[in-house]
Amino acid sequence: MPEPIIEVNDLRVDFPSEDGTVHAIRGVHFDLFPHEVFGIVGESGSGKSVTSLALIGLLAKSATATGSIKLNGEELLGKSEKELTPYRGKTIAMIFQDPMTSLNPVYTIGWQITEAIQAHQSVSKEDAKKEAVRLLEAAGISQAENRMESYPHEFSGGMRQRAVIAIAMANSPQVILADEPTTALDVTVQAQVLDTLKVALRETQASLVLITHDLGVIAGLADRVAVMYAGRIVETGTVEDLFYRTAMPYTHGLLGSIPSVDDTGQERLRQIPGAPPTMVGDVQGCPFAPRCPLRQATCFEVEPELVKVTNSESSAFHTSACHFANDVTLMPAASMFTDTSSADESEKTI
Amino acid sequence: MLRFIGKRLVMSLGVLWAASVLVFIMVANSGDPLFDLKMNPLTPKASILYREHLLHLDKSIPERYWIWFTGVLHGDFGKTLHGVPVGPQLFTHMAVTMKMVIPALLLAIVIAISLGVYSATKRGRWQDKGVTFTSFLFLATPVFVVGLFLKFFVAIPIDQHFQKVILSTAGDSSPTATGGFFQRIPDMLSHMTLPTMTLVLAVFSSWVIYQRSTVLDTMDQDYVMLARSKGISKRRVLVRHILRNALIPVTTVIALDFAGLLGGAVITETVYSWNGLGLWFLNGVNALDINVVLAYLMFTATTVIIFNLLADLAYAVLDPRIRYS
Amino acid sequence: MSINFGQAMSDVPMVDIDNSGLSEEIHGQWRMALRRFRRDRLAMFGLITFLTILLIATIYTFVNPAGWSELTTSFNQPPSWNHLFGTTGSGLDLFSACLKGAQQDVIIAFVVASISMVLGTIAGGVAGYYKGSIDAVVMRFVDLLLVIPLLAILIVLSRIFAGSGNSWWMIAILIGLLSWTYIARLVRAEFLSLRERTFVEAATALGAGGRRIIFKHLVPNAIGTIIVNTTLTVSGAMLLESTLSFLGLGIVPPQVSLGMLVQEGQDSATTQPWLFAFPAGMLLVLILCVFFIGDGLQNALDPRKSRSRA
Ligand SMILES: Nc1ncnc2c1ncn2[C@@H]1O[C@H](COP(=O)(O)OP(=O)(O)OP(=O)(O)O)[C@@H](O)[C@H]1O
Ligand SMILES: [Mg+2]
Repeated sequence: MPEPIIEVNDLRVDFPSEDGTVHAIRGVHFDLFPHEVFGIVGESGSGKSVTSLALIGLLAKSATATGSIKLNGEELLGKSEKELTPYRGKTIAMIFQDPMTSLNPVYTIGWQITEAIQAHQSVSKEDAKKEAVRLLEAAGISQAENRMESYPHEFSGGMRQRAVIAIAMANSPQVILADEPTTALDVTVQAQVLDTLKVALRETQASLVLITHDLGVIAGLADRVAVMYAGRIVETGTVEDLFYRTAMPYTHGLLGSIPSVDDTGQERLRQIPGAPPTMVGDVQGCPFAPRCPLRQATCFEVEPELVKVTNSESSAFHTSACHFANDVTLMPAASMFTDTSSADESEKTI
Repeated sequence: MLRFIGKRLVMSLGVLWAASVLVFIMVANSGDPLFDLKMNPLTPKASILYREHLLHLDKSIPERYWIWFTGVLHGDFGKTLHGVPVGPQLFTHMAVTMKMVIPALLLAIVIAISLGVYSATKRGRWQDKGVTFTSFLFLATPVFVVGLFLKFFVAIPIDQHFQKVILSTAGDSSPTATGGFFQRIPDMLSHMTLPTMTLVLAVFSSWVIYQRSTVLDTMDQDYVMLARSKGISKRRVLVRHILRNALIPVTTVIALDFAGLLGGAVITETVYSWNGLGLWFLNGVNALDINVVLAYLMFTATTVIIFNLLADLAYAVLDPRIRYS
Repeated sequence: MSINFGQAMSDVPMVDIDNSGLSEEIHGQWRMALRRFRRDRLAMFGLITFLTILLIATIYTFVNPAGWSELTTSFNQPPSWNHLFGTTGSGLDLFSACLKGAQQDVIIAFVVASISMVLGTIAGGVAGYYKGSIDAVVMRFVDLLLVIPLLAILIVLSRIFAGSGNSWWMIAILIGLLSWTYIARLVRAEFLSLRERTFVEAATALGAGGRRIIFKHLVPNAIGTIIVNTTLTVSGAMLLESTLSFLGLGIVPPQVSLGMLVQEGQDSATTQPWLFAFPAGMLLVLILCVFFIGDGLQNALDPRKSRSRA
């Protein structure tokens, strides 16, 4: 097995708030290997964005992060802003959710890409500009030469996200973090931007941490997936592990909540009843227990650790944080959550 | 963008014209300027009639407005109660006032922006709290209190201590000062320091608070996160990305406050006995010297509008979204 | 639901549910706001100091109604137990005068704020709700008042009305009639965004009239903005009135205000500093307290728009 680029161990992130400390991340472990696409899914508020921001050191000042994040064996947590700048953009690049707001409105697209290039490469302005044009072209912007002088407001959402991807590619990073890169876009544009993302991965040979709500995207793009719930990873494994040998009732719930078209032609949404816990204060037992159809008394007492799933077909990566992981893998998804299209409609999941 | 500026210009002229009507109605109804003269039994009737004729008081208000308005368009602001043309007076007094307003404006902008940015970068720390508290303190202090305090508790003690006038508290220059521009600089500084400081302290505080909050808002923007994720220096993020954007809204606020700055100048001139526009205006009001009051009000309205246009221009220069629409 | 009431009718229960949910939500917001305000040390300090000064002033002027105008036989006395703030050249007890002046200033400021609140809410509300030509007229008028320094207009107007003895309420009304534009602009902006929200659209679909929508739906939602800026108008009014009085154009003898006392005390500021320091200090403290209260309200009612905090 190759050496991981990033090793995250027992990452915890707290935020102070009016109602008490928010435990946004409560002990996250994972490794990121070269050239892989690592998906992170989970309901809103489960800590996906906080995890990715922690990796690049962009957490809010008020946050306290403990644990360990190692990049090529070097500890990143505890490094100052200044010590982190050599890595940012060079080793780890980031793509944000909303392309409408993630480009600086007062500078041209060209300027912003050139800035990224010159941040880490000592090249002349001319060469940087040439490189920027090449990157824009690679990212699928036609007439890139002319588009260099455009301002973000002259670009459509899809084009902006392509420009952001071009910025991420600028220094051929080892890791690209993409936090819901297509959520803010029109459905028709989403696929194109995902293609651009693939191009970027091919060009840079980077690993991708892909945060998304869209399990379809995960199925199509990811090698491995982590499911987050209430600030922890509750299941991880290859895409096949998660889709076919689901070892955590919550993952079942997520898979079930993909809209499926039944024979009447009506869209139905199977939903997980209830809402995720607020992250203030301590959690007792499994945080998913109150919503779990399989809960037992022990679920409310002991929070399960993330352990290897011993199902015979599971890959070596397959882990789950459920007391009954192995039993769950044997269950068919349909039996777990009742069809909720007629039941409680006020509960919303992702 | 030219169209944008053109539209603003037309609108400004409209506002200016409406202001002239309103101001004229207000001032024309403010009382009889010749009241004192008429009360004096020794004044010959013919003299009163002549004065009335000179000031067009014998005509109806619309007629008077028309005469005054067309005059102003030709640069003629009418005559004072004593029959002196108002125009030249306006400009001599303006020169005096600008000696404190312009330096105060520039100084206040520099101080407010630096303090606002500094305070925002120290968010929540004692430096931030200190700057915010001080800003509130000055926001709550009337200009005349600042002026009087500096005059009586800074200038006079210093002058007494050194037994000579280091910080002058009266007038914009010493009548005895002679020589060329450079020889008069010490004298100018001695007269200008405190009034300028008073004006700065009168206006800078709300700008600091505003600048601080726009910087804080900008810091949380996604594009700042993206800029930071590029691995450029903290300083570059602050100057090129945060400050560059945070300056845009503050230009409007500063321009809108220019009226307040001129209002502050009225008080400062009173406290430091500068024979500028403010004092000229106050005396005009007291004497019911219609044309003087009108000239002052129209002058302030015009400068405020010019400043707003400049702010629009600055806005357009700073923000490409406006520049190209 | 088995019976179809048609489009408009089926909206009825929906709006009701929406409304009750809304009022509950608003209730909860107020409780939160109150808690935030109580925790805000500067705001609480401002509120308590302000109320204490007012209370002392009210009790003192009640017990000793003529104290502020009675001439004593001690002239130019520095502060002492008999005369806490000292006495003036004409033998006036400065403590009584300052309290009376403070009371006068606060009363004027409250009248100004009330006028501004009412006028500003109505003008801004009508402009923001009806948009179009009404909006244009109101906003051009607001522009007009932004162009000329407020102080300059007030100077001219108070000279005009000098004949009527410059009674305090005349000054208050003048300032009030000119200070509403700030509230109007903010209420208008708030209304412009609120009117696009679903509950307003629903009420409109139900055929509720403009006045009803403005007062039942929009004003309650803009109340935070209105309260905060009314508070700020109180401080603004105190600044303006004291400045006018300082220029001799606002409150004039035989009435008394802090600005007037500063004006009278300034000539002897170096020899008898208390004549300047006490009225000026009191004025500053009062205005500062109102600022703290306003800022605290802003943070409590609308933490997102808070200007002074992180
Ligand atoms: N700056 C912050 N201050 C306080 N709390 C925060 C902050 N950022 C995140 N949180 C909290 O941390 C938790 C996790 O948030 P996060 O943004 O990571 O969720 P997410 O999984 O990305 O959700 P979404 O799918 O909505 O993007 C939430 O409860 C959120 O309220
Ligand atoms: Mg997120």
